[in-house]
Amino acid sequence: MTLTETLRFMWDILPELLQGLEVTIQLTAMSLAGGFVLAVPVALVRTYTRGPLNWPATAFVELFRGTPLLVQLYVVYYGLPELGFVLDRLLSAWIALFLNSAAYQSEYIRGAIQSVSRGQLLAARALGMRSLTAFRWVVLPQALRLALPSWSNEVAYMVKYVSVVYMIAVGELFTRGQLIITRTWKVGPTLFTVALIYILVVYAVTKVMDHVERRFRIPGLETGVEGREA
Amino acid sequence: MRCVVYILPAAKLTLLVTVMSLAMGFVLGMLLAVARVYGGPVLRFAAASYSRVVRSLPTLVMVFALYYVVLMTDFLGGSRLASAVLALGACSTAYQSEIFRGAIQSLGSGQMLAARSLGMSRPVALRNVILPQAVRLAIPAWSNEAAIVLKDSSLVSAVGTVELFRRAEHVAAATHDWLTAFLAVGLIYFCLTFLTNRGLDWVERRYRLKV
Repeated sequence: MTLTETLRFMWDILPELLQGLEVTIQLTAMSLAGGFVLAVPVALVRTYTRGPLNWPATAFVELFRGTPLLVQLYVVYYGLPELGFVLDRLLSAWIALFLNSAAYQSEYIRGAIQSVSRGQLLAARALGMRSLTAFRWVVLPQALRLALPSWSNEVAYMVKYVSVVYMIAVGELFTRGQLIITRTWKVGPTLFTVALIYILVVYAVTKVMDHVERRFRIPGLETGVEGREA
Repeated sequence: MRCVVYILPAAKLTLLVTVMSLAMGFVLGMLLAVARVYGGPVLRFAAASYSRVVRSLPTLVMVFALYYVVLMTDFLGGSRLASAVLALGACSTAYQSEIFRGAIQSLGSGQMLAARSLGMSRPVALRNVILPQAVRLAIPAWSNEAAIVLKDSSLVSAVGTVELFRRAEHVAAATHDWLTAFLAVGLIYFCLTFLTNRGLDWVERRYRLKV
């Protein structure tokens, strides 16, 4: 193929890939949102309680962080039907992704809650707030802002990790790329286009999250995160 | 429990892929990190670009890209295993380069200056002063990375490497009991990541600098 033909081909497959990107973005957003809703109570329980309430939360986080997403996906998609829960591909993908994300997000939030000094909670209690009220209005707003840098990593991470649902053939970006490859057998240009889209999307996500971080930073309190979060 | 017995032998391949990818990532990641901190503008830019591009790509994209490359060029005999290690290693190189760069930069430039003023050449100072400290500082982040590579090694089953995950699929297909097979393989992965983390915690304590 000449260069023009290659570029022409890349242009032609773009609409199909962008449809896949839409699914990727939907799954990312819904998994992050679902994960967040579950992560806050899990982090709360893990930080402030001991005993029977704490154990299931800890077990949930450790199990989901200690096993591959792929295994979790297969347990939901292929395993749950044996117990009578037959779910379609998209729903299975979402359930596995959001549970996985909840485990990681709860760790960021827990770390952030712990870094808000305990004195603040005591002071709020001394002012007559109930524990939950104090947590909701004093600790949580600060903790969420402290958790933002790790949380932005999680966003970029999720965009990339959604590709794993290719294994159960949900039509997201990577799956579409693979379908094009099996149809046209033009491996190089297709993978290159897919890679380019990922690079652009992750770059955009990083820029947007940088902006959000600056906007919500607590003046005088900076946190840095190195490497990949686990 | 019988499931675990059937699946467990494949742990050898998972561990092999993990260890080789981590080793490749360690060597190349360290070189990239040194290039980014001490290299000239061109070297710095090249190292930073590699890290940025590869960290934006899903591991699965790398796995397939390297698989096709190895298959088509017949590199290393077109071996799936080699393509798997190259893909995971290439990803891990980027992440490890960030870990080591952070560790080197957290040491501060005074150490290098002091070593140079004592008459050491830059490579000697790097080898004897900077890296021994940087590697120690990097252990906690590296431990995370090791667990991630271990878990991500399940992705190479997509190109037909019969490691733990693929083996579990085989067992599931044979017994028609998917739930048990995947819970079993999940348990095995869990034990492996647990042991990896504990092992590296021990290494970290053992080699921590006494300041």
